Amino acid sequence: MTDSTAGMTPEEARRADEAHTGPMLAADGTPLKKSLARALRRQKLRALGLIAPLLVFVLITFVVPIGDMLLRSIKNDIVADTLPATVETLADWDADASELPGDDVWMAFYVDMWFAAERKEHTRLGSRLNYEQTGVSSLFRKTGRRVDRFDTDVYTDQLVDLDPSWEDPASWAAMLDGPAADALPLTAETWERWKEFNVEEGDAVLEEDVPDFLFTTLYYELNNGAEVDGMSDRLDAAKAAVGEFETVSLQEQFADADEDWLDPEVWKTIQLYSPRVTSGYFANSVDMQLTPEGIEPRPDNQQIYGILFKRTLFMSLVITGSCIMLAYPVAWLLSNLPMRTANLLMILVLLPFWTSLLVRTSAWKVMLQQQGVINDVLVWLGLVADDARLTMINNQFGTIVAMTHILLPFMILPMYSVMSTIPPSYLRAAKSLGATNWTAFWRVYFPQSVPGIGAGSILVFILAIGYYITPEIVGGNTGTFISNRIAYHISSSLNWGLAAALGTILLVVVLVLYWAYDKIVGIDNVKLG
Amino acid sequence: MKLTKTLLASTALTVAAGAVAAQDMANDMTLVSWGGAYQNSQQKAYVEPYQEMNPDVSIVWDESSAEAVAKLRAMNEAGNITWDLVDVVAADAIRLCDEGLAMEYDPEELLAEGDDGSSAEDDFGDLIVSDCFIPQIVYSTTVGYRTDMVGDTAPTDICALFDTETYPGKRSLEKRPINNMEWALLCDGVAKEDVYDVLETPEGQDQALAKLDTIKDDVIWWSAGADTPQLLADGEIVMGSTYNGRLFSVIEEQDQPVAMLWDAQVFDLDGWIIPAGLSEERLARVKDFVKFATDTQRLADQAAYISYGPARKSSAPLVGEHAELGIDMAPHMPTDPENSKNTFVYNYEFWADYRDDIDAKFQSWLAQ
Repeated sequence: MTDSTAGMTPEEARRADEAHTGPMLAADGTPLKKSLARALRRQKLRALGLIAPLLVFVLITFVVPIGDMLLRSIKNDIVADTLPATVETLADWDADASELPGDDVWMAFYVDMWFAAERKEHTRLGSRLNYEQTGVSSLFRKTGRRVDRFDTDVYTDQLVDLDPSWEDPASWAAMLDGPAADALPLTAETWERWKEFNVEEGDAVLEEDVPDFLFTTLYYELNNGAEVDGMSDRLDAAKAAVGEFETVSLQEQFADADEDWLDPEVWKTIQLYSPRVTSGYFANSVDMQLTPEGIEPRPDNQQIYGILFKRTLFMSLVITGSCIMLAYPVAWLLSNLPMRTANLLMILVLLPFWTSLLVRTSAWKVMLQQQGVINDVLVWLGLVADDARLTMINNQFGTIVAMTHILLPFMILPMYSVMSTIPPSYLRAAKSLGATNWTAFWRVYFPQSVPGIGAGSILVFILAIGYYITPEIVGGNTGTFISNRIAYHISSSLNWGLAAALGTILLVVVLVLYWAYDKIVGIDNVKLG
Repeated sequence: MKLTKTLLASTALTVAAGAVAAQDMANDMTLVSWGGAYQNSQQKAYVEPYQEMNPDVSIVWDESSAEAVAKLRAMNEAGNITWDLVDVVAADAIRLCDEGLAMEYDPEELLAEGDDGSSAEDDFGDLIVSDCFIPQIVYSTTVGYRTDMVGDTAPTDICALFDTETYPGKRSLEKRPINNMEWALLCDGVAKEDVYDVLETPEGQDQALAKLDTIKDDVIWWSAGADTPQLLADGEIVMGSTYNGRLFSVIEEQDQPVAMLWDAQVFDLDGWIIPAGLSEERLARVKDFVKFATDTQRLADQAAYISYGPARKSSAPLVGEHAELGIDMAPHMPTDPENSKNTFVYNYEFWADYRDDIDAKFQSWLAQ
């Protein structure tokens, strides 16, 4: 209502209202809807302002690094960045034919390898491709040592013999600044890369000797009929002479460095991993592999991730199950005993939290090993023969025992906090109405404690599925988890792409299970207290 | 006379240059090593003497060598290298060099000459297995056994590992293909010089795994160097592989009934790498330290604290007694003639190439 309505009789105001067909107005004359929206927006902004520090913190320390890590599972820039010209020319090569790539590929590869070796990037590429094909690592390392000693100086010598001005870098710069650049695209592009390289090194390109590979590209283009007629006398002379030149086969030069370059498989691998985005890591992490024909299963004797994913899920479920069985009675006791005793018990529950994880795991080793405490007691009691001691560690059993013990508090605490809110009078009421102990528990008490079980199970399961150190120490060969392989690829094999793909799959599995849990049990039924 | 003068003058110049350089050196250094007895031997043999000579220098240890490769890569991506000198095994050094994370160096310029006058390159010889690797010690992976559990016939042959009839009981082996595959082939009748040729082929790899399969149920797989000594001391296993220095400490320092089976011990190397991309002042300090820490006397001194062989040939004659036990250290070195009658040389190039492939097969075999 506006100020103008003040002082009117109710009847007049009603009539004025009816006559007023526009939107409802707030006290300051703005439409009520707008004013409300503004107030709400302000409130939201204030709320956002309050959580902003946390939001920024979570974004910077959690979402961005994890996102970056997960992106590595598909990123594959290294091949295209290290061998740009090769990737371009190799795209036309038919991998199905068993023939080696043509001269244009060898030419491009020679230039790429020269720059890669100077920048010491070739070995990095070699170790990347070695994940896909065994032997590529040393292939690149060996070739990198040889590539600047190829016999391509014959082209340099022959061109300089024709015209000494070829030795002068300034003449190259002038030549490739003119129309010759269009007639000699590869040479021009290589010259640009050579200039860039000199800038990186802090050298002046005009003071450096013109490198052999530029003479090689020039020879290659002239020999392939580049149209340089009439551009300059020395180009004309060179073009007329190249047909008679003594030549060097780049293919042979590479084969000399390492004969594996004559293996089409190497080229197939380079071609297959040329794109900047690859599905190769994900294929590997589900025991498949990329081939020119598509994605195929790996040989049986290299399949491992399927087994490990299944085992990780299975063992995490078993651990969660055994935690529920062990924690339920303890939580019940805690919430029903008199305060003083309950507190003492609580300290016992919390005590393991204050002990190092490694110490607890190693303690289980001492307990469970064949010459350990439990076996000694069993032998002493005569339950087990001395030469038939039980194997309880370095296998699945040992892992389950140790992890159940370590994760137990995460189950007990949510259960306890839920159970302590269940009034004991309900049980008494049920019994006084004629229920047996079991019915009273199962129909009255248990349903009220389910939210605690749910919360504990989620906590324990998610912690268990990503557990690393305990399975590593007591897992043996049958008790290791997928996380152990992830750790191996992060810290030993340095195959971070594969580690990222495995991690992504693990994350998706957890999210799917969480979703399923929400559908079946309902996430609203989870209470931490 | 003139010559002497020139010599004197140039010496004075060099000294002056050295003094100038000293002012441009960073005074903080972060060294990365393995912790434990090994790091202690480095602390005693070179770090403490170096700090006595350079009281301004403060040195911090970071016990991260086991994860050094991954951490260096992460530091490099973040563009902030916080380490100055990193102790790694040779295989990791090759990997770091390949990745461009370690600095290549010139042995003649960086390392001191041997005490016997030999050039650094000759003194270290083949042990410089990568352009980035500065060798310190030779260690070996070998087998130790319980003397009270092997009966009357103590094992003398590496194939005792696979002989569960004569030597019943569990064995411990490292949870990776390296060394195990080689031993399996050796004990399956492959001649020593052919091992890597055979292992290159898929059939050879299957053959090695098949041999390992015969003892799969009797093996406890270790991943930390301390596992085998603990298992031996507890009597959990009858024999197991580990680093010779660990066995030395079980036998001599802890006095356990354990003996070494030196047969077919696999030599490996450990040494420094300098991370790529250090600032000039830091690099100058690191170079100064490395020159001192890898000279003949320092490497020989290290052997008084741990039973690993010095990487310099010229250090071998200077190896003396254990600093605390007072026993002669030479017979405990993997390089001692008595111990190295039958040794196996780890092939770095082979494993750099085949590691990913064979590891996948090995782990798959292990998991099944």
